[in-house]
Amino acid sequence: MKVEPNPFDDIPGTTLFDAQRSRQGYHLNMFCMSLMKAENREAFKADEAAYLQKFPMTPEQRDAVLKREWNRLISLGGNIYFLAKLFSTDGKSFQHVAAIMTGSTQEDYARMMINGGRSPEGNRSKKDWENRG
Amino acid sequence: MAKLVAGVATSHVPAIGAAIDLGKTEEPYWKPLFQGYEPSKKWIAEQKPDVIILVYNDHASAFSLEIIPTFALGCAAEFPPADEGWGPRKVPVVKGHPELAWHIAQSVILDEFDLTIVNNMAVDHGLTVPLSLLFGQPAEWPCQVIPLAVNVVQYPPPTGNRCYNLGKAIRRAVDSFDPDLKVMIFGTGGMSHQLQGPRAGLINRAFDTAFLDNLTKDPRKLSQMPHIDYVREAGSEGIELVMWLIMRGALDEKVREVYRFYHVPASNTAVGHIILENEA
Repeated sequence: MKVEPNPFDDIPGTTLFDAQRSRQGYHLNMFCMSLMKAENREAFKADEAAYLQKFPMTPEQRDAVLKREWNRLISLGGNIYFLAKLFSTDGKSFQHVAAIMTGSTQEDYARMMINGGRSPEGNRSKKDWENRG
Repeated sequence: MAKLVAGVATSHVPAIGAAIDLGKTEEPYWKPLFQGYEPSKKWIAEQKPDVIILVYNDHASAFSLEIIPTFALGCAAEFPPADEGWGPRKVPVVKGHPELAWHIAQSVILDEFDLTIVNNMAVDHGLTVPLSLLFGQPAEWPCQVIPLAVNVVQYPPPTGNRCYNLGKAIRRAVDSFDPDLKVMIFGTGGMSHQLQGPRAGLINRAFDTAFLDNLTKDPRKLSQMPHIDYVREAGSEGIELVMWLIMRGALDEKVREVYRFYHVPASNTAVGHIILENEA
């Protein structure tokens, strides 16, 4: 049997939260979910590394959480709506984190959004990104 | 008999809820958006629905990765606003309509749409922001609400076709409910937006406009659009738009578009809003 290439893999700068990511990121995302409770947020803030030991995450995932490396967290199975619990605990917004993930400043990112957002032109396929060099 | 009179679609961006709750609606950034909903507030105040079936998605609030129902119908008498990590929104508790909700559950399950029945569920901004946009800040919501939560967080969400046909099954259920009730259905989420990765901030006005056009005149065509088109053209979170097709499926084949509004941006998102009435 021939396995067809996944067409979603061709969309640049985009990670689909599919079955494989969900399995990979289960404990990372469940850690984030725990931050829905005020007492857990306090415990996490008091000693982040110790709090993370309560969850059977990989050392890489723990490291990415401590460093707030958002794209890396996505690549390690994090889902943006779960990661939102983490950046909300930090008092950060979706727009703040989106700007970081795009390698932009929050000011530049906010300006791009006010000017109509990122165009789909040149952002549909990985080929588009390779061609722009 | 219960009568389904109209459908409303709207985005449900959390920052909109925060702007309302923090009294920022008159600020230059937000004012054009809230002005766009003024005609809708007047319209719904005149229409006075008894019950709204509100299709939305939970954002890792009521459902984590422990249980991921594709379609979850709220059959409880009440639904408290969820604590999404910064305390619950200070909005009224949402009152359900258990009798109609259970009737819909029974009817659509026997119609081969196997919904999950939920009796205990907090509702997040996905459900409360649309209510705030249409009703403002009342002490109590002026009607009962039946939440229908759709999974669009874990890939794959249900197909557009499945959503469209579920809408039709919901319509059959409402049509067979005896008490006189004026029912509306809301489809929420979207429009184009991407919250994650280096492509975050994607907005596709042409796609969104075509989606709004076809929602009225050719929903069958829209229902055939594959997931890859949503993600590529409308962003990874633009796939929420499949939920609008549940709303559309529950309406007549032919509908009257009574209002439309489109605004970029609310935070990272293109805000789309449309009101469709059944002709009869």
